[in-house]
Amino acid sequence: MLRMANSFPEEVLEHVFSFIQSDKDRNSISMVCKSWYEIERWCRRRIFVGNCYAVSPRMVIRRFPEVRSIELKGKPHFADFNLVPEGWGGYVQPWIVAMIGAYPLLEEIRLKRMVVTDDSLELIAKSFKNFKVLVLSSCEGFSTDGLAAIAANCRNLRELDLRESEVDDLSGHWLSHFPDTYTSLVSLNIACLVSEVSFSALERLVGRCPNLRSLRLNRAVPLERLANLLRRAPQLVELGTGAYSAELRPDVFSNLAGALSDCKELKSLSGFWDVVPAYLPAVYSTCPGLTTLNLSYATIQSPDLIKLVSQCQNLQCLWVLDYIEDVGLDALAASCKDLRELRVFPSDPFGMEPNVALTEQGLVSVSEGCPKLHSVLYFCRQMSNAALLTIARNQPNFTCFRLCIIEPHTPDYLTRQPLDVGFGAIVEHCKDLRRLSVSGLLTDRVFEYIGTHGKKLEMLSLAFAGDSDLGLHHVLSGCENLRKLEIRDCPFGDKALLANAAKLETMRSLWMSSCSVSYGACKLLGQKMPRLNVEVIDERGHPDTRPESCPVEKLYIYRSVAGPRSDMPGFVWTMGGDSDFKPHKLNII
Amino acid sequence: MAFERDHDLNLEATELRLGLPGRAEDQPTEKNTPFSGVRGSKRALNEDDSKTKDFSNALDTKKSDQESVPPTKAQVVGWPPVRSYRKNCLQAKKTESDLASGIYVKVSMDGAPYLRKMDLKVYNGYSELLKALEDMFKFKVGNYSEREGYNGSEYVPTYEDKDGDWMLVGDVPWEMFISSCKRLRIMKGSEARGLGCAV
Repeated sequence: MLRMANSFPEEVLEHVFSFIQSDKDRNSISMVCKSWYEIERWCRRRIFVGNCYAVSPRMVIRRFPEVRSIELKGKPHFADFNLVPEGWGGYVQPWIVAMIGAYPLLEEIRLKRMVVTDDSLELIAKSFKNFKVLVLSSCEGFSTDGLAAIAANCRNLRELDLRESEVDDLSGHWLSHFPDTYTSLVSLNIACLVSEVSFSALERLVGRCPNLRSLRLNRAVPLERLANLLRRAPQLVELGTGAYSAELRPDVFSNLAGALSDCKELKSLSGFWDVVPAYLPAVYSTCPGLTTLNLSYATIQSPDLIKLVSQCQNLQCLWVLDYIEDVGLDALAASCKDLRELRVFPSDPFGMEPNVALTEQGLVSVSEGCPKLHSVLYFCRQMSNAALLTIARNQPNFTCFRLCIIEPHTPDYLTRQPLDVGFGAIVEHCKDLRRLSVSGLLTDRVFEYIGTHGKKLEMLSLAFAGDSDLGLHHVLSGCENLRKLEIRDCPFGDKALLANAAKLETMRSLWMSSCSVSYGACKLLGQKMPRLNVEVIDERGHPDTRPESCPVEKLYIYRSVAGPRSDMPGFVWTMGGDSDFKPHKLNII
Repeated sequence: MAFERDHDLNLEATELRLGLPGRAEDQPTEKNTPFSGVRGSKRALNEDDSKTKDFSNALDTKKSDQESVPPTKAQVVGWPPVRSYRKNCLQAKKTESDLASGIYVKVSMDGAPYLRKMDLKVYNGYSELLKALEDMFKFKVGNYSEREGYNGSEYVPTYEDKDGDWMLVGDVPWEMFISSCKRLRIMKGSEARGLGCAV
């Protein structure tokens, strides 16, 4: 066998491997034998690190010397909802510094929930001569000065995508740093920026980049000037408007409508802040071609929404506010038979009373009318087991089902029962379910269902649910493919966690906040499981100043081959004695 | 390992309540009262934390399990799970007089690798604010006087006001300051000299 493997010239194997791009497959290949491991590691070009603390930059570089593209994720998902205190970590700087020497030909950096400084951006701009793609998703820590460095230095830049990052917006002047000779822009997303960029610089930039496919503007770009911008880029596939409001003037309207109708390739629209409904018909010509529509900032009412979506027969992905109401979702179900993904966001998340006529019925309609629907995020105020049963039966193809009933502990509004049976139906019928978020009144029963049926479940989010450790035990012992578990405000404590400690090494991470896990249990877990980083996050001061039985505020557990990190702020501690730690080699990349 | 022997868990006999581990067995449970999960878990959080001023006073640190449901709705951190940029977008339509929420401004310090956020509503005046800044960024601000600005330190607290101008912290009455302050910046060194730092 060994002789057979060695009789293939390396070049041939490398060529074969080059057709295999997925990380999972690459990992499998590398485990066939030592020589395949060696060949594979020299020709792997893309690295995905789902948790930047699971491995150190040095380890990555040592194993994969020829990387061109790296993707890193930092903070846990609940950081999106302000549950992770500022200063927790997720700094990209050590990675950048390490990669400058090791990967001079690096082309792509994609970061999610990481802290990126202007220093980091400057280093990227000046060190990687062939740099092409920068995607900063939900990142923070940098200012428009850093963006200016990127603009000024990256001659081969193709993509600059700042999705939902928090940028210290000093001024819009950074855009003017793209030199006149720069023409390679393909994708620009500045929707999260507040400051006005120089409009003439933007127009000139758009005008001289013939390969521009995706342009997502920020709110400050006025609607009156959009038409001229579009005329310079009729080849656009994705457009994010700025504020969608202007004085009602027929010339502005017809100019805009004309420019939009000339964009024959347009498949995706977003933006739509401050919508003036009278201007909506300007986009009608694009509707039949649209596959993605993001109206989640558009504060327009259901009649206008209905008029719009009814014309989008090829729509695959819709993000919208609950202004769409049940009646709008009925229309959606009737018109958009190709719909795959739906997200309905709350327009008044903190109001006590419903402000719109959106109920469980809307979701039932869509699950009935849209046979390809597989991904849902739905905020509503009432739900019933009967509706969930109907939804599960209508649509067993869900891969992602996230339901958020706004008020915690809300029972079935018809029967006043917990919603265990309803969610149970979802996991039972939807055999390919990979991601689930539950809400409403839920007992340990629902976790029994999840543990029994959620065999493909990879990510589970729990809040204000369950009665006891039995709930957590069902999940940890039953969900074989669980990678990420995030829990807040559930009565889960030490027992289930300690009894399922080994399970945690098979997962990327576990987050628990406002639960009942004691400091003593955290210490024990940290000591017994050297391949896990058990981080206690507590802003009340060192846990040693409280009894061992006292529950910790927040707990973040993740597997790592890099050992405890050294960049923690004063309110985070890693459990387990340093003297006990010996790094183990795990093939987790 | 000892905990692995609990294979059957026998959770019925050792049924955990919502209270802290180690409390008496005859504690009444809060399982079915609304907000029980919220209150039970918030017990741990609500101690001496300036951030909890965001929570309504309905949530308090009393240990009694017999409390009735609070009449007003308590706003829980991070719930519902809507990201802040979405909330900001919708709130742009509401009036400015939503004083129940804090006034969070970004605070930067020259030379620091990342910024912080502070809630100006938490402080009663300039002395409290300056003390908090000193604690947060580990520096000393010097003595303020109207004529000379901040004396005796190379750090000067400044802020950007509604017109986009950079002003010295301390010149205007406190109420006027918190309603016009957009962000704070702690300037250092020669840049600070121009803004009233007498040397």
